[in-house]
Order: sequence, then C-alpha cells, then structure tokens
Amino acid sequence: MGPFLLVTIQIDLYDRLALNLEEDLVRMVENTSSKGVLIDISAVSIVDSFMGRILGNIASMSRLLDAQTVVVGMQPAVAITLVELGLPLNGVYTALNMEKGMLLLQSMVDTSGLQEDDGDHTLD
Amino acid sequence: MEIIPLTKGTMVVLKEQDVVPFRNSVKEYAIKIRMGLLNQTKLLTACSEMVRNMLRYGNGGITVVEIVTKGRNTGVRVTFIDKGPGIADIPLAMQDGYSTGKSMGLGLPGTKRLVNEFEIKSELGTGTTVTITKWANG
Repeated sequence: MGPFLLVTIQIDLYDRLALNLEEDLVRMVENTSSKGVLIDISAVSIVDSFMGRILGNIASMSRLLDAQTVVVGMQPAVAITLVELGLPLNGVYTALNMEKGMLLLQSMVDTSGLQEDDGDHTLD
Repeated sequence: MEIIPLTKGTMVVLKEQDVVPFRNSVKEYAIKIRMGLLNQTKLLTACSEMVRNMLRYGNGGITVVEIVTKGRNTGVRVTFIDKGPGIADIPLAMQDGYSTGKSMGLGLPGTKRLVNEFEIKSELGTGTTVTITKWANG
C-alpha cells in the first residue's frame, strides 16, 4: 500500500470499537511509518459527535506522528447533519472519493524521498 | 393540535453495545413512515447523541419509540428516560459548548437543531426525560 494506510469502516461503530480503531490506527502509523491515512466512511450512515471526535483525534494524533489524514466518501446526509449538529470537522481533510483522497494525500506528502512503488502493491 | 401515538416500542439501553441496535430499531420506524434519508440521518444522529448522554450521565435507561401523528404530519417520537442525577440548570445545559463531562457540549443544543420538537424535563436526584420528534417531511 505504499506509504499510506487505508481504512474502510464497514459498519456503524459503537464507542468501544471506535476507540479501538483510534488506538490501533495510531499504532499502525508508527509501526509502518506511514505518511498518510485514508479513512473511507462511505458505508457509515451516522456520524455523531462522538464519532466526529474520533475522526478528529485520529487526524491530530497522526499529524503528531508525521502522517496526514484524509476522510473520504462522506454521505451528503451525514455532511448536512454534522454541520447542523455544530460539528464541521475542522482540521480534518476530506475528499469526495477514494481516488481523489489518494491524490490529495500524495499532494500533501512529499513521497520523492521514499522508495518508488514497484507495482506489486494495489491501492484498493 | 394534539399529537396522537400510533405504535410503540420500548427498549432498555444500559451499555454502549445497545446503542447500534437501538438506532436500528428507530430506523425501522422511520422507514415505516417513509421518512426521507436526510431526515432519517438527522433523527438517528439525534438519537445517538441522546442515548449517549443517557449512558454517560444517567447510567443508562429506557427508550420509547413511537410513530405519532399531528394533523397531516406523521413522525417518529423517541423518549429517553433515565434515573440519573438530573440536570441542575437546563438553560445552561442547552447552551452550545457547555459540558460537565469531557465532551464538546454539542449534545443537547445540537440535537435540538436536528429535530422538530424537543422537550426536556429533569429533576435533581430523580432523573431526566428527553423527548424528541421528527416529522417524516419536517
């Protein structure tokens, strides 16, 4: 997967699961020296203040470990709800889909110093 | 105009693993009355906030989901009843950014913005009851 970690959230997470994700992900960033984290939430139908805070935490924590975070695939209804709730997820980068998210991550991270992708890895 | 309850379901929520099944049950009611996706999302997010409050501050409690009508409107009404410590100052708790816990304090005011009707009753030492209603076309 090159220098990036890819996370797809397939179900609506309950609190414990979301906290585990946060912890696991930050640990993975360290273990793999990833420069970027891509979180696909296209299958998530509800983002409440707790889940929003988890996404913000992951972004902040990863940044401290020198990795950028991009959240992709947010459903329009979720975006509207988040803003009305008062949680515009400031500080979290977003992109419309996986492909655009990957491009955004690449533009944010200087990958020139890293090993060239040998083609054995697929991004999805 | 009077709100008339039609069907009703009660669920006990005592631990965070109960939150997602509870949300799913509310969703079934919303689908039953053909609530649109956006209103469904707002309702379910509001429910999520309230049920989380109930777990955090009230040690869990009982939820009641009803399909209600008022004139030509049909909606889902959800009541959250806990026997927790109660809220000392409701107007303060309804302010954006106020929280006694570690959260961001969006819960009550944010939830109120997401639904059509919002009612809160609380008595210190007795508990808190929050009732929210979302109309299918509201």
